[in-house]
Amino acid sequence: MADSVAASVAASMAERRSPAAAFAARFEAASAGGGLRLAEIPFLTQINLRVDPKSPAAERIGTAIGVPLPVEPGTAAGGGDLEVLWLGPDEWLVVGPDGAAPGLVERLTEAADGEHVSVVDVSAQRTTLVVAGDRARDVLAHGCALDLHPRVFGPGRVAQTMLARAGVVLVAGADGFRLLVRSSFAAYVAEWLLDASVEYVAGG
Amino acid sequence: MSERSERTGGAAAQPHRREGASGRVLRFRFDGREYEGLEGDTLASALLANGVRAVASSIRLGRPRGVYAAGSEEPNALVQIEEPFPEPMLQATTVELYDGLVATGLPGQGRLADRPDPARYDAVHAHCDVLVVGAGPAGIAAAGVAARAGARVILADERPEPGGSLLGTAETLDGRPGREWAAEEVAALAALPEVRVLRRTTVLGHYDDNHVIAVERRTNHLGAAAPADVARERVWRIRAGRVVLATGGHERFVAFAGNDLPGVMLAGAARTYANHYRVLPGRRAVVFTTNDSAYAAALDLADAGVEIAAIADVRQAPGEAWAARCAERGLEVLTGHVVTAAKGEGEVSSVEVASREGGQAREIPADLLLVSGGWTPVVHLFSQAGGTLRYDEELGAFTPGETRQAVEAAGFARGVRTLRACLEDGAEAGRRALAAAGFAVPAGPAVPSGTAVPSAGEEPAAAPAEHLWLVEAPGDGGDYGTHFVDLQRDVTVGEVLRAVGAGLTSVEHVKRYTTAGTAHDQGKTSGLLTGGVVAHALGVDVAELGTTTFRAPYTPVSFAALAGRDRGPLHDPVRVTAMHEWHVARGALFENVGQWKRPWYYPRRGEGPGEDPGEDMEAAVLRECRAAREDVAAMDASTLGKIDVVGPDAAVLLDRLYTNMMSTLKVGSIRYGVMCRPDGMVFDDGTVIRLADDRFLVTTTTGNAAAVLDWMEEWLQTEWPDLRVCCTSVTEQWATVALVGPRSREVLARLAPGLAVDNDSFPFMTWRDAEVAGIEARVCRISFSGELAYEINVSSWSGLALWEAVMASGEVTPYGTETMHVLRAEKGFPIVGQDTDGTVTPQDLGMEWIVSKKKADFVGKRSFARADTSRPDRKHLVGLLPEDPGVLLPEGAHLVETSALPEPPVPTLGFVTSSYRSAALGRTFALALVSGGRERVGERLYAPVGADLVPVTVTSHVLYDPEGARRDG
Repeated sequence: MADSVAASVAASMAERRSPAAAFAARFEAASAGGGLRLAEIPFLTQINLRVDPKSPAAERIGTAIGVPLPVEPGTAAGGGDLEVLWLGPDEWLVVGPDGAAPGLVERLTEAADGEHVSVVDVSAQRTTLVVAGDRARDVLAHGCALDLHPRVFGPGRVAQTMLARAGVVLVAGADGFRLLVRSSFAAYVAEWLLDASVEYVAGG
Repeated sequence: MSERSERTGGAAAQPHRREGASGRVLRFRFDGREYEGLEGDTLASALLANGVRAVASSIRLGRPRGVYAAGSEEPNALVQIEEPFPEPMLQATTVELYDGLVATGLPGQGRLADRPDPARYDAVHAHCDVLVVGAGPAGIAAAGVAARAGARVILADERPEPGGSLLGTAETLDGRPGREWAAEEVAALAALPEVRVLRRTTVLGHYDDNHVIAVERRTNHLGAAAPADVARERVWRIRAGRVVLATGGHERFVAFAGNDLPGVMLAGAARTYANHYRVLPGRRAVVFTTNDSAYAAALDLADAGVEIAAIADVRQAPGEAWAARCAERGLEVLTGHVVTAAKGEGEVSSVEVASREGGQAREIPADLLLVSGGWTPVVHLFSQAGGTLRYDEELGAFTPGETRQAVEAAGFARGVRTLRACLEDGAEAGRRALAAAGFAVPAGPAVPSGTAVPSAGEEPAAAPAEHLWLVEAPGDGGDYGTHFVDLQRDVTVGEVLRAVGAGLTSVEHVKRYTTAGTAHDQGKTSGLLTGGVVAHALGVDVAELGTTTFRAPYTPVSFAALAGRDRGPLHDPVRVTAMHEWHVARGALFENVGQWKRPWYYPRRGEGPGEDPGEDMEAAVLRECRAAREDVAAMDASTLGKIDVVGPDAAVLLDRLYTNMMSTLKVGSIRYGVMCRPDGMVFDDGTVIRLADDRFLVTTTTGNAAAVLDWMEEWLQTEWPDLRVCCTSVTEQWATVALVGPRSREVLARLAPGLAVDNDSFPFMTWRDAEVAGIEARVCRISFSGELAYEINVSSWSGLALWEAVMASGEVTPYGTETMHVLRAEKGFPIVGQDTDGTVTPQDLGMEWIVSKKKADFVGKRSFARADTSRPDRKHLVGLLPEDPGVLLPEGAHLVETSALPEPPVPTLGFVTSSYRSAALGRTFALALVSGGRERVGERLYAPVGADLVPVTVTSHVLYDPEGARRDG
């Protein structure tokens, strides 16, 4: 029984295709020079959480997932298995590893304990693109109006902003940036990133 | 070539090149003739070196024009680059020379390229604590102070090398040429980690919040050698904490007869050509000045070998030190004199000089006339940024006044005259910028230690300038017809006088009447002069008149640069579904729906060479429709908007936003709903799925997904903040396959063996969780075609897998949006935005049933009590059957009552909103909005199409299966 469940899960996992899957080879080629790394991190768990930050539910949720919900605008908390991104005064995105969605939804809902919260699995709503390396800021500056200087937008900063003509959630990490991109925009953003990178990868 | 490249500039090849000029020889062609220039030349300096005087001709009068200035203020020398790539309307003074350049002079107007531009262009956002515009002495000093304290600094300068005024003068700093000092200082700054030096970068616009736009010309100067992967031009969008405008000044000329002849040149420009470019712009010169600055030019040119025939100074008392130097050199200074005319055929051959007291004019042979009417601070950006200007009496020009932004001018841009003072002024501006940016300001004297403010040589004490705008000798014809104030627009004093004579007293009005100052040089040399002439004519002070408004761009900018990379496939985002690759591989044609690409139809490809062209759209759509009505077909419906509405008050919110009741919907069921605006007009429609007591999934039309979410948020945030509801977009969380047709149940049963699909277990307008093709799915029994149909929703990661599973057996026909439109139209289902236009109520659409009579309130309810919404002659959605079943009415066609058109205005009853060929009906049909349409069913109307009036019969809008017998299979 357990085997057949595992087999069926494996079968359905094998059929998944991430929104930027078609770009894997071109991302790799663009990353070969070393100055820039482009990649997709597919299938991350993403849960949209809406809750009153001053409510007991918010506190219980923080305890339940081991990451207090960050209340400073534009910041992220956590960073181990789970990371919580501030999206608005009562809105967060809880990001976890592939396959964590069902358990996470349950933990969040249980921690709310009947109080009004909204827990929505949006894992497939956006995919995650990595823009890292020494030239990452140069590439992003072609399409992002925010100041990404480490003094201003260092590790742990989050913004909902535009990259070129697509809305993205931009997360600064110790090793470059992550872009959470709507799945239908992934191909556009991937093409845009590759095009913006031409000057930084061509001829080393 | 290699042997040439080592050679110094040959005097024979470049007769006006000064001795000792060195550099790589570059070959270029101008107006069909081959020339040589030197590396570092502009096209203008290279032409002057070759003795080319007339470079272009003027736009209106066709008069020959030569190089007038040495920078971006040039009004005359307009050229078009022909090779390596056509670029119109460039100033020869700003085109850097390169090997293989081919250019032509322009008659005031260029030509657009007739081939696509292969170059890359891009844009970049940048942020800094301090932006310094202009890398002259003041700008370098300001940037140096700010940069060395650790501030993030951008130093932008439009020229290829830093130095500003130092490039044209022979001034020394710390005993070495100013040009060298500037180069070394800027190189040192560029090496600092937080400093960005932008060369060849023109700041074009200065907007609120110190948002500054600049364009960097990155590879234009490399010609054909430009690397293809480097953007040719780059637009910089800069946010600066503080801006220091060290933009220097422009010399202006004086209005006298023939002041546009080739050979007439600004004195400072001639000095730059002699000192910087090592070119002699003429052999024998007359100098005409209102101020001391032209003396330095005259002396430098004399040193370079130009014979200075005379200096006509409008003043009785020029600077004593300058007069002494001239006397020393034997140069004749005519005080109290003006140039009354420049004369010559096609170029200057003599200059007429006269005393201002009167008496006989003297004609002096000369091929060069250097003019200085004084210097105007470059206040464009300060003014664009919202700063006021004030008239500086001593300078005879406007200088920066008050500003609401964190911006200041430094150096000559705010009227500071001497080199030493400009350096100190720049350093002070740098210190203020640092303080404003929150940095510790280096302690010490006005010039901070550690900043190289070099010692400049002592400059002679200046004598005051006299502000003369117009030489009152009207010239041949006596009408001031060759006293030009705007060279690029061919505007003369005569025209300005006519404007004033016509009663225009404002410089803005004179500008519009005469076009002075509206050319692409934006009146850099002419603006103040025009004002001066107007003031003279009105007998008022220039200060009173003020200036015309300064607007971006400071210099012309190419559309290619502004477009940047936003062209071709990157022009606008293309949104695609998880199944897109399959559709492409299958040869679907796509329809744009908002930013989405949706499969439009899937033509069967022709087989074999030549014989079989494959299907056209009509054949494909008829085939797809038939499959959906008679067999089984599937469509990618993933683009529909989807919103999770969660919270204890979710049902209350939906009751208030939809016209029908949603709170009574049972968990597990689905209801169709319509949303109206407060005016009662249809805004969107879709289905509502109840997932739990406190959880709904709302679907919207593809194009309205974002608007509906905004609509919900607007009501929640502004009107009903008490409701405990959250709305979250899940449009792309889900991929959706619509499985349609009498055999859809059979196909679904095979794909989802665990799901009871019979009508009792899974009735219409309910949903079930199930595993479909091994994928977790939510299956909804919804139909937009009237047929038995299902919408299968899976995680968008699995969308392609689901689609492939549905298609695997080969029995399911894929169909696109065109077929969807036909199927729904046959059933009379409206498409919001196609069959509605914001003036249509649910009742107009024949959907009284969807407007609740029970609910206390909902958005739009009140409007249904207005007399207007129950007028009997409102336009109703009806069906139309052309009497000839083969005639397809054009969408948008109007409808009239009579078989012949009356005299206009023709009363029209309405118009066609949708029109198709129907496989099911075996004929064409249409939907239309027709005044009192429901009362006209059975009537014959006429649609004017071209010259014909096509007879049509009005029918119910439901043309197919009106009993709804087919939805259960």
